[in-house]
This record gives sequence, structure tokens and C-alpha cells, in this order.
Amino acid sequence: MIKITILILTFLTLSSCSSPEGTWGWYVIDPTTKSGWTNIKFLLGGFYSTILLSLIAAILSILIGLLVALPAMSDNRVLKLINRIYVEFVRSIPLLPMLFWVFYGLPVILQSMGINANIDAFWGAVITLAISDSAFTAEIYRAGIQSIAKGQTEAAKTIGLNYFQTMRYVIMPQALRRILPPLANQFIYIVKMSAFASVIGMQELTRRANEIVVTEYRPLEIYTLLIFEYLILVLIISFGVRYLEKKMGSNESNEN
Amino acid sequence: MTKKIESQKAAVNIEGVSKSFGGFMALKNINLKVKYGERIVICGPSGSGKSTLVRCINGLEQHETGKIIVIGETLKVNSRQNSNLGLQVGMVFQQFNLFPHLSVIENLTLGPMKSLGLNEKRATERAKKLLERVRIPEQANKKPNQLSGGQQQRVAIARALCMEPKIMLFDEPTSALDPEMISEVLDVIVDLAKEGMTMIVVTHEMGFAKKAANRIIFMDEGRIVEENNPNDFFKSPQTQRCKKFLKQILQH
Repeated sequence: MIKITILILTFLTLSSCSSPEGTWGWYVIDPTTKSGWTNIKFLLGGFYSTILLSLIAAILSILIGLLVALPAMSDNRVLKLINRIYVEFVRSIPLLPMLFWVFYGLPVILQSMGINANIDAFWGAVITLAISDSAFTAEIYRAGIQSIAKGQTEAAKTIGLNYFQTMRYVIMPQALRRILPPLANQFIYIVKMSAFASVIGMQELTRRANEIVVTEYRPLEIYTLLIFEYLILVLIISFGVRYLEKKMGSNESNEN
Repeated sequence: MTKKIESQKAAVNIEGVSKSFGGFMALKNINLKVKYGERIVICGPSGSGKSTLVRCINGLEQHETGKIIVIGETLKVNSRQNSNLGLQVGMVFQQFNLFPHLSVIENLTLGPMKSLGLNEKRATERAKKLLERVRIPEQANKKPNQLSGGQQQRVAIARALCMEPKIMLFDEPTSALDPEMISEVLDVIVDLAKEGMTMIVVTHEMGFAKKAANRIIFMDEGRIVEENNPNDFFKSPQTQRCKKFLKQILQH
């Protein structure tokens, strides 16, 4: 993967060298020139917001997802129905309209309820991403937990464990290993979808790229760099997750 | 004092219990009384309701009509809220159902620590004694899947005993085992029987039934068809159904 990346970068660099007045104009992000360096610093500065935004949204999504998933596995029909409605409803809303609704609409609702809350671009994006993604994480939890054999729950019951103890000590430790890979997928999804936050003015990677494009008129170079910025982020997550998986998987295997 | 009262009362008292799954009647008007210290073996063809009956006793299944009293506690009809029975009724499953992510010793100590509130030191002491009793003290730190089937089932027995139950239920404890491992598990159960544990065992091991049971119950199609002491049960079965069943399982 890294080799291919380097290969493509080299190709792009070379192509700019070979035809200085041609299609490529890497000078906009040439670190050896003052203006190029300023642009690079500005563009890379977006990492901070993208990472922070994705991380908070992912953590919230993981927590909300669990809260949404647990009722799905109860015997209570009403609880099951609540889970179903949440998942189907949230899952059906496209991210962009939801972002607009949260950013422009939610403050109005809050105000009408007498709460004077100002939702800024960052929290608007966090809330949207977290809720939108939680429907998917809930389904992942449900699949993971239901994949653990029923006998485990029964055995836990016969040694007197209550529901929460059974979840905490018996089911979740086993389910987590199965849940981790799809959860990592969702995290990558969140990182990529965080680009939508640029639309409501959040100063993350995509927004900053857009701003430089507008002033420099070099969309090809800037957006190429932008793509590689996301690629690097996603690769780091992938390696991290693979490391975690290995660590969790090496010392135990599921046979039940 | 309490011992005396207990010995007069039945450990398990089942009166007119029925249960259905969908349209299928799994149990039909079951009556059964088990005294303290009694060892009951339940046998019968598959689908006859043996497992369902045993699982109703510790609340894993819910009976629909009738009355079940276990250690003086009446189980609620159609209710899953009979959970604190885990503290007094131990259970061993056909598929072991050990916790694969925990070591053998952790499998044993989990219940005592979390539901009985024992500290780790006391729970571990108790667990180690039991592992010796089921003859695998050297496997304490292994994961269940590193053990043979027979060893796993003995761990499962020890895990149930770690809660110091008053009644032990066994649901076909040797049916998932390779033939050469059956006796090592049955030996442990026979030892337990000799110590006076009240137990209800669903099994097709008739040798075990002869050796350890006070009473054998034969079930078919959700009913208790025959009930007798081991001697008479094998010598002179009363019903045609039971005769046929015994012929089939004893002919090998």
C-alpha cells in the first residue's frame, strides 16, 4: 500500500517537473517556496479538526449504538419496537440533509423550548455524524451479541449472574472481538463523512482545501493532496485496528 | 434445625405442570416430587420433554400451567424473573457452555465473586478445591478449548459446584462426549451422588442409572410414563413403550 502511494506521488511529481507550464502546478504546495509552505501549513492544519471531529463522533456513536442495540435483544416488544423505529428512521436520512437540519433547524427547536443553545459548526457536525452512524453501530452490536451462543447466557444465569453482569463479564468480552472489525469500518466511514462538515463552515481538511482552491485556482493539486490526506488518516486507523485485533485475537479463540 | 425442616420438605415439587412451544405440547401435566438427597435419572426418547422439564426447574424455561416449588420457592408461571435460583440450583449442560474467553479457574470463580460476593482469595480457594475434586487441578490456568471434552465437562461440573448449590441438574452431561471420556465424567457425578447431593440427571447412560439413581423416570411425548426404582425399572418395565425403549438402548 505504502509503496503504491509513493509510486503515485513520484509519478505526479515527475509529471510536474517534465512540463512546468503544462497541466500540473505543484508550486501551490511547494514547501520550498514561502507561499507554498503557507498553503501546506493551512491545509494540514485541517487534520486537527477532522481528527477531533471524527474521534468524538465515533466515541458517541459507539455509546449511543450500544444503548440502541440492547433493547433489541430484550423480550419486551415495546423496547424492540423502539429500537426498530430508531434504526430504520435514522438509517434512512441522508447525511447532508440531516446536517442541515441539526445545524439550522435544531437551534430553532431548542429556542422554542426555551433553551438558548447555539450549535456551532463543530458540534453540529459531531451530533449529526454520531446519530447518523449510531444506527449502523447498533446493528453491528446486535449482530455481534446475537452471534454469541445462547448457552453462554444460560450458563451465566445458572451461576446467578444478572443481566448486566452477564453482558459485562460473559457476552461483551466475546462479542467485542467480532464487533471490532465492522466498528473500525464505521470509524473510517465517519472520518470520510466528516468532509460534509465543510458545507456548514467547519474548518476541517475539505473546507481548507476548498478555500485554497478558491484563492489559487489550482483544484487538481489541492484536491489530490486532500485525497492523500484522507488516505493517510484511514491507513493509520487500519493499522491501529489490525494491531488491536491481533492483540485481542492471539490469546483466545471463540469456540462455543 | 433448618436441616430437619428441609429433609421433611421436598427439594423439588412439581404439580400438574404443562408447557408448549408454539402449538407443540412439550410437557403435559407433569407431577414429580424430589426429596433432599434423592438422585433421579430421567430418560426417554428425544423430544419427550426431559430437557424442558429440567430447564423449567431452574427457570431457563417457563412453565405455563401448574406449580413448581424449588427449595421452598414457588416459581412464577410464564415469568423469566426466577433468576436468583442460580444461587441454589446448579446446572451442567450437554454442550458444557464454558466461557471460552476465561481461564478454567476464572470460569469457576466468576459466579462466586459476582453473585455471591466472595473476594478473589476465597473464591480461588474454593475453586482450587473443586478442581481437585473433579481431578484436574493442573489445568487451572488453561483456556477451556485447550482441554478435552471430558475435562471441559468436569470443569463445568466444578463451576456449578462452586456456587455450593443444594440441587444439581444435569442435562445429558455425556451426550456430546467421545465414548472414552464418558466414564471420567460419570465417575465425578457418581462421587457427587455418594456425598448425598440432590440431583436430577437426564441421561441415556443406563449403567450410571443402575449405579447412582434412587429412582428412574421414563418420559415420552411430554408425559411421565413410568417411574420406578432402578431394579424394578430394568427388570420389569410396566408399559410397552418403556419396554421398547429399553430394548433399543440396551441391545448394544
